[in-house]
Amino acid sequence: MKILVLAKRVLDTANTNLKMDPIRGTLIKEGVPSILNPDDANALEAALAIKDEDPETTITILTMGAPAAKYMIRECLAMGADEAYFLTDDAFGGADTYSTSATLAYAAKKIGDFDLILAGRQSIVGDTAQVGPQVAQRLGLPLVTYAQNIKIKDGKALVERQLEDGYEVIEAPLPCLITAVGELNTPRYMTAGGILAAYEKEIITWGCSEIEIDAGICGLVGSPTRVVRSFAPELKGSGEMLEGSPQAMAETLISKLHEKHVI
Amino acid sequence: MSVQINKEKCKGCTLCVKACPFDALAMEGKLAVINENCTECGVCVETCKFDAIVKIDDMQSDINKDDYRGVWVFAEQRDGKLMSVAIELLGEGRKLADELGTELCAIFLGEDVSNEAEKLIAYGAEKVYLAEDSELKSYRPGAYSKVITAAIETYKPEILLMGATHIGRDLGPCLAINSKTGLTADCTKLEIGDEERNLYQTRPAFGGNLMATILCPYSRPQMATVRPGVMKAAEYDASRTGEIINLAVDLDEYDLRAKVLEIVKSTKHAVSLSDAEVIVAGGNGLGGPEGFELLEQFAEKLGGVVGATRAAVDSGWIAHSHLVGQTGTTVRPKIYFACGISGAIQHLSGMSDSEYIVAINTNKNAPIFKVADYGLVGDLYKIIPEIMEQIDQLNN
Amino acid sequence: MYMTEKHELFRKLVKKFAETELTPEILDEVEATNHFPRELIAKYAQCGFTGVKIPKKYGGAGWDTRAYVIMNEEIACVSAVSAIYANTPNSLGGGPLLAAGTDEQLEKYLPPLARGEKIIAFSLTEPGAGSDAGQVQTTAEKDGDYYILNGRKCFVTHGPECDYAIIFAKTDSSKRGSKGISTFILDMTLEGVSRGLPEKKMGLIGAPTGDIIMKNVRVHKSDLLGEENKGFSNAMKTLVGGRIGTAGHCIGVARAALEESIKYSKEREQFGRPIKDFQAISFMIAEMATKLEAARLLTYKAAYLLDTGKDASSAAAMAKFYASETCNEICAKAIQIHGGYGFIRDYKVERLYRDCRVFTIFEGTSQVQQMVISGSLLR
Repeated sequence: MKILVLAKRVLDTANTNLKMDPIRGTLIKEGVPSILNPDDANALEAALAIKDEDPETTITILTMGAPAAKYMIRECLAMGADEAYFLTDDAFGGADTYSTSATLAYAAKKIGDFDLILAGRQSIVGDTAQVGPQVAQRLGLPLVTYAQNIKIKDGKALVERQLEDGYEVIEAPLPCLITAVGELNTPRYMTAGGILAAYEKEIITWGCSEIEIDAGICGLVGSPTRVVRSFAPELKGSGEMLEGSPQAMAETLISKLHEKHVI
Repeated sequence: MSVQINKEKCKGCTLCVKACPFDALAMEGKLAVINENCTECGVCVETCKFDAIVKIDDMQSDINKDDYRGVWVFAEQRDGKLMSVAIELLGEGRKLADELGTELCAIFLGEDVSNEAEKLIAYGAEKVYLAEDSELKSYRPGAYSKVITAAIETYKPEILLMGATHIGRDLGPCLAINSKTGLTADCTKLEIGDEERNLYQTRPAFGGNLMATILCPYSRPQMATVRPGVMKAAEYDASRTGEIINLAVDLDEYDLRAKVLEIVKSTKHAVSLSDAEVIVAGGNGLGGPEGFELLEQFAEKLGGVVGATRAAVDSGWIAHSHLVGQTGTTVRPKIYFACGISGAIQHLSGMSDSEYIVAINTNKNAPIFKVADYGLVGDLYKIIPEIMEQIDQLNN
Repeated sequence: MYMTEKHELFRKLVKKFAETELTPEILDEVEATNHFPRELIAKYAQCGFTGVKIPKKYGGAGWDTRAYVIMNEEIACVSAVSAIYANTPNSLGGGPLLAAGTDEQLEKYLPPLARGEKIIAFSLTEPGAGSDAGQVQTTAEKDGDYYILNGRKCFVTHGPECDYAIIFAKTDSSKRGSKGISTFILDMTLEGVSRGLPEKKMGLIGAPTGDIIMKNVRVHKSDLLGEENKGFSNAMKTLVGGRIGTAGHCIGVARAALEESIKYSKEREQFGRPIKDFQAISFMIAEMATKLEAARLLTYKAAYLLDTGKDASSAAAMAKFYASETCNEICAKAIQIHGGYGFIRDYKVERLYRDCRVFTIFEGTSQVQQMVISGSLLR
């Protein structure tokens, strides 16, 4: 079986206390580590679990990003992926999900046929959950998002798709594209030997010309959306002591929390 | 790239490098250089004191935006019942439609759901585009996106809003590709910001550390998913009238490749302290184990879990697994209710990163009030029932 | 500057592993029961830690000394005692085997160590032979194809739980001092082998330490490690790598103490402000950080020398000497910064302070390291 895993390098916004520069309204990035996007790690683990069952499986990593993302690709290889393609080009810069999915879809086609494409549901920096579905749509593949359980059998994927209040069981024919959530599995660690082996492997690096994509389709130029402003969320301000009878305090509290969409 | 640096004007001051939220600028020698992380947010343009950074719009559009009119809401249903987010979207959609001077419509897919379609009119939709078919009974990306894409092509709305649910976030990306347009996920605020009828879509990014306002200036419709619970729901008014337009449904094997075999409802499974969005914690001030029974009820009402201080655990009032703090779990919920907790440093270090902290304590000088967003001085056995009462009222 | 990108990726692995697997609950349990769970050793093995420095052909990962230092440092930063279980098969356990073992011996003993299935101990110290290791009283008398071992080893890390022990015994009693000593691989299931009770230790609780007693134990000659009567130089070769590993241990614990102190001094308020705003505290932290950095560089350099085939014995002694002394200083200051809270077990620094005390003592006391360093200067 041939599996393609879409992986992204992200700032670790989940485990770091990000600080805002109060004057410029921008993010202070110094000292914030970069990691393999958590949901993508679940996607890779799902692929590795399939390979555990069927050692004939090959797992290919596909990543688009700045040159520093190469380090994260090594991490994927050290976990047990077989090969990796790295898309990096100035022309890919500033891409929204629409043009990112175009670039990834072109590259996936160029690499070859796959039985299964796995991706994370969403990245922790964008939280959009759009790239996976859009790649599927562009490649004309059946799509299953929010996978919390995956079984491959007889050329079909049997997937539990997470819902807010339960899950649905979906059967999709291969090839298809599945996006993974954290509940799907626990990603394995790299191994000491795997890291040494990862540095023996070649990471195939491609730009626009290799994947034969028109520069007008990818990157910012090919993006229908534009970020016009970014700013710090409103600070919640200093604490407040509520006054009055228990009933009055409770009323004030709930109306304030409701106003702020906390409850 | 659309943000460009004028090499003649750049003085190498590095202000823009520090200001960039996306790591998209770096120094190469004495010049700032933009790399592929650039999202054209424009922070650097404003930061530069030498006007060395300029923004050039370069995406050309091949559609006539004036052909597109009307605000659409995707009315999500499950088991044939409208989801509350659909009603919230109608509330928000009404505002936008009025501002644009255009109509508010709902697009509604399901099987035998015409009764619910009438409700959409009562909630303010002037038109309901209705597609009914057994294959549309529950959400399936292939079928739903085909029907809606066809409707968009025919009726050309300028805005399409969807709930940022597990369904809306699956459907939206597919529609955006089909209609060759942009999509902004998880919006918390929507405004019509200019004469071009552009929708200014604001959403959190970087795990909520940064807010970004996003436009879709070149293509239509402008698509957004909106977080449930954020927008104000539309008022129900049975006297409203509107039109139901039935859509043709033409699905083939290809659209139905992925099959839903079963839908399983699960009762809420127990959440761990570290994953909980709501934590109700108790300390010495509870006075005994029975206090945790009250906190249990309180937590259940909010879908939260119960936490405890060392003092409460050591007194044997509750199991060690509930311990928050230095020797227990470090938590970061959306809201933390500290009930009868004085705020010893061991406890504070495990919960002070909570987004909101509400403290209830009889001692107004208790250190917990220093970290609290809302402090309530008084008897928790009197205050908590009142709070639960208020929550019930809110839910009704 | 001594580490490559590859090493840093390995560091990322160990750090993530240690922070995820070595939870406070597990570590409290380890301390309470004086037992390190075998499942954790199995997890170490899955990641390749137990065989990090063991060559690939014997089932190890085939890394270098620098990776081994990183492993000790990152695990020790979370838990000092936990680092011992990853360390031993690579240093004092596997080290003598790699230094002197035959192919048959390596094939027999190394793979189970790398796989985390067997525990090996290093036992040189005796009641009368500490820093003066030449005073070994344990004897091994040749009897046909066997050696008959008699004697008592003490303070053996893993003594109460090991499957094998590296034993140093006198084979030629006519030679004095460190001469006439041979090394054996002792199978702990042999007749005549017994163990003492685990010692009640101040720190590193969870890695039991105790005596190994041998009474007419017949060890086959195939378990003689290296040449007869050349055992002591064999031991000394192993100690160089082991010292660098211990220095790695020290910088891990010291870093934990520093990190805890920084965190605490920001949280703790006295006289109306966080205590970090008092120079008395902030200067202590500055000093701790500076000394840690110096210890780190000495350690990495020693590892680098060993990896590049240079003489590292003096550098290793300096690294072990300085890192262990500094670690004790840093941990003591960490307690001071924590005040009364540092004296109670709720806070991590309390355990760090107890664990680090032995660092200036085991694997060669600071004074022995000074003998090595001065010896190389004053020849």
